[in-house]
Amino acid sequence: MAASIERGDIHRLHAIARQVREENTEAVRDVIVEKIYQHSQTIADEVTSRTNQNKVNQDDRLDAILTSRYLGFPIMLVLLGIVFWITIAGANVPSSLLADGFGWLEGKLTAVFMWVGAPAWLHGVLVLGLYRGVSWVISVMLPPMAIFFPLFALLEDAGYLPRVAFNLDRLFRKAGGHGKQSLTMAMGFGCNAAGIISCRIIESPRERMIAILTNNFVPCNGRWPTLILLSSLFMVGAVGMGASVTVAALIVVGMVLFGIAMTLFVSWALSKTLLRGVPSHFTLELPPYRPPQFGRTIVRSVYDKTLFVLKRAIITAAPAGVITWILANIMVGDKSVLTHVADWFAPFAHAIGLDGYILMAFLLGLPANEIVVPILIMGYMASGAMMELDDMGALKALFLDHGWTWLTALNMMLFSLLHYPCGTTIYTIAKETKSTKWTVLSVLMPLAIAIVVCFVVAQTVRYFGWV
Amino acid sequence: MSCMCIEKRTELLHHKFGIAALAGQKVVALAGNPNTGKSTVFNALTGLNQHTGNWPGKTVGNAQGTFTHKGQPFLLVDLPGTYSLLPNSADEQVARDFICFGQPDVTLVVVDATAMERNLNLALQVMEITDQVVLCVNLMDEAKRKGIEIDIEGLSKKLGIPVVATAARQKQGLEELRDCLLDVACGNITPVPFTLRYSQEVEQAISELEPKLTPLLKGTMKARWVALRLLDGDDTLLEDIERYMTEEALQDPSLSREREVSPSWPQA
Repeated sequence: MAASIERGDIHRLHAIARQVREENTEAVRDVIVEKIYQHSQTIADEVTSRTNQNKVNQDDRLDAILTSRYLGFPIMLVLLGIVFWITIAGANVPSSLLADGFGWLEGKLTAVFMWVGAPAWLHGVLVLGLYRGVSWVISVMLPPMAIFFPLFALLEDAGYLPRVAFNLDRLFRKAGGHGKQSLTMAMGFGCNAAGIISCRIIESPRERMIAILTNNFVPCNGRWPTLILLSSLFMVGAVGMGASVTVAALIVVGMVLFGIAMTLFVSWALSKTLLRGVPSHFTLELPPYRPPQFGRTIVRSVYDKTLFVLKRAIITAAPAGVITWILANIMVGDKSVLTHVADWFAPFAHAIGLDGYILMAFLLGLPANEIVVPILIMGYMASGAMMELDDMGALKALFLDHGWTWLTALNMMLFSLLHYPCGTTIYTIAKETKSTKWTVLSVLMPLAIAIVVCFVVAQTVRYFGWV
Repeated sequence: MSCMCIEKRTELLHHKFGIAALAGQKVVALAGNPNTGKSTVFNALTGLNQHTGNWPGKTVGNAQGTFTHKGQPFLLVDLPGTYSLLPNSADEQVARDFICFGQPDVTLVVVDATAMERNLNLALQVMEITDQVVLCVNLMDEAKRKGIEIDIEGLSKKLGIPVVATAARQKQGLEELRDCLLDVACGNITPVPFTLRYSQEVEQAISELEPKLTPLLKGTMKARWVALRLLDGDDTLLEDIERYMTEEALQDPSLSREREVSPSWPQA
């Protein structure tokens, strides 16, 4: 079998192929495919016998509820809501435990640096920059991912996720995308880099690209903390006291729905312009419901997805911590480099309802979204290192001192939701698309959208004098 | 197969598919629709002797594992779960290319016993490419629960290939499956897949093409199958023949040997 074919014969094959193409104008493929389908149906009928019709219908009955026109969406929102709720609520305790642990270790590290008489700058770069950067990322990202990914995998193992895709198929198809984009989008709620890798399940390159380019519009684990923190800090104060947790939660839900709307809108716009084409037929069959294999699913999702994504995040967070520390500690005149750059950004930032430090923080937070708020706090305090402020009141006072209003908070949330993907995600997009052009577009397009949305919101609010 | 040939195949597997087969190892390709318990069969056969990677140059994950049965070492290659082998997607192309050009000793097709009518498609398409096919009717336990019975022997006669019933989650039928793979890989059993006849026009065209193709292909693949692909306008096949089957291609290992290990993602 392992013989090879000569080049001359390849040319002859091409010649035959050309001839065949000229002679066959009809859709022979359809005839061939149909025959195969027909025949497998015939054989299946001949060798299969059914004794109990009722049992076959159990799955159908479940499907009638879970994919029904009226109940399908509410059930889906509730189930996904529960997954998010468990993720957010469950991540708090391990997150603060990790943060405490890292804090304790930092104390020990500092002691060691002092004991060996290391210079202050070395301690600054390695401990206050690199070590704190990495420990922020691990303590904020690891717990939610370790909860979210297994829960999601269990839903999939049980056979529910294909039903979600089935439900959302219509919306995404209207937007020119693929039904499975709902799955990749849902994966993006955990982590956009993971969401983009999951786009591999979409077969057609056109729809896969749409899914990759729009994955960024749903908030990932790195942005949940920003959204939740800002909504609870400011939006609540604007509405009035009381029922604050619920209001804050509703605002976050509103942000999520806005993100999904943006996903659909941009998918639609792309499919009408750069990625024109007819949505490919969605032939996802609904597999049977099965009791999930808990142990194996949890182990594999933690090992394959959580640790994989975490590793990439750490690789990008480490240098960011170092750079931030250096920028905040090199003085030019009487101000640090960080402050100079923030001042330079100020006029543009004001026009879109933000300030120079916020833009600076987003820029330096490129490696991982979870370090944006820490960098911002650091910039405001000019303390020279990322820090953790446990007291919410102190944090709000710090922001108000720097001229924040509810508009600043709202626009920072919008910007966080819409702006370019994080470094890890951009790296993943480049790996997955193998194209510089599309990778650049995946950064510039959301950035442009974020700027326009923030500009319109800021100008409108100011025009009507709401702040 | 002569020594030279085996060496060449090892090289081909390594360079084009990123698969390192040892001398004497029988290579088994594992194909199947998504949700047929294909991974369960894969895990049941190979246990912990497996590792995951990427198909070279493709954003499709792969998994390979080894096992030994009655002293015969096997290398099991898990292909992406696909509904067909028409190269509509990277997944399908990877599966087709490996079955066609990777020259596995056996291609094991896993089908869902509760959805035979949909699943047999793939088996029929594989049988057009190669004779070395074994069918595994999996999820027999689920079928039983749903009151579905399958005439395994009748199916085997109709298809002309060995058919084994399994419930891989319950580890049922696996020993028989290993025996069967061994028999086909070592030539104790020679499957004679039945040939699906198409409409008269198509058959006419095939019979005109076959004699022209046979001398060019030099027995590397079935002329009938190549004729069918030319007829259905599959442009990717000739490119792939050039990529995998020409002498230059075999000697040039440069073809995108990206070996980054990525996680395997849901096939949904």
